[in-house]
Amino acid sequence: MTDDDKFQRMIRSQKFLDRIPHMSAIGLQLVDFAPGAVTVRLPYSLDLVGNPDTGVLAGGAISAVLDNVCGSAVVARVEKSAAFATLDLRIDYMRPAEPGRDVFAFAECYKLTRLIAFVRGFAYHDDTAKPIANATATFMFTGQGKLAQATDP
Amino acid sequence: MTGFRATFGHMKQAGDFSGLPLAVPYAKFLGISLAVQDGRVITSMAYADKLIGNTALPALHGGTIAALLELAALFQIAYEIETEAMPKTITITIDYMRSGAARDTHARAWATRIGRRVANVRAEAWQDDPSKPIAAANANFLLA
Repeated sequence: MTDDDKFQRMIRSQKFLDRIPHMSAIGLQLVDFAPGAVTVRLPYSLDLVGNPDTGVLAGGAISAVLDNVCGSAVVARVEKSAAFATLDLRIDYMRPAEPGRDVFAFAECYKLTRLIAFVRGFAYHDDTAKPIANATATFMFTGQGKLAQATDP
Repeated sequence: MTGFRATFGHMKQAGDFSGLPLAVPYAKFLGISLAVQDGRVITSMAYADKLIGNTALPALHGGTIAALLELAALFQIAYEIETEAMPKTITITIDYMRSGAARDTHARAWATRIGRRVANVRAEAWQDDPSKPIAAANANFLLA
């Protein structure tokens, strides 16, 4: 198996998230890995509660998951090991997560250029029509060769 | 008044924010502590391995920096005003300028406008030098 094969196998497995210490710490689970699109599940945890009176998860915890799933969507789009950094991330909160319930997050990388990846995503409980939060992110490839062969324009 | 407001209000009066993690479990998880300098809240995130996002560099997970900035903005509003409810984030945009090294990170925030219903806040995070922020955020909070 080549290094590329190993990478391909790894990014489709839970190992993809487990090797990121902060994602491992919050227990993020890989649900689906498709070309350019990734779905994850954040198990409800008392550690991540922002308001102890209500038990509602902290917005920051949702942000961290959305940041990560957006980055994962870039990997799912380029399907090779590539170095990139988050340029910016916007999160809109539509409704609080419900106490005791797991949160799912989906992101898709909808546009790639030689230097920049554009991603959109959202978090929800079970109904994608009732999002908890929406995310828009851009990433910049930082590796030496940038993204030479994955360019569309 | 909610428990958070009561606790935070009490801490504000006493000038001692060491009890904060009891009021906000997620702040404890991230290793957050507060200090006040010249009327501005300094929110700090103590380094821990679980905050890492990239083990090769190593670098802090961008999500932890986003969370720190959001908490810093929230605490600055809570410090400046009296509200019945905990402010709710409507939207936050984070710009990442430098990667976060594996060490303590600090953040401070400025409320550019606090209205009756909405507060507009800008926040910056840094590690060694406040004039070289690693990330900045603009956030809007719903107050009522």
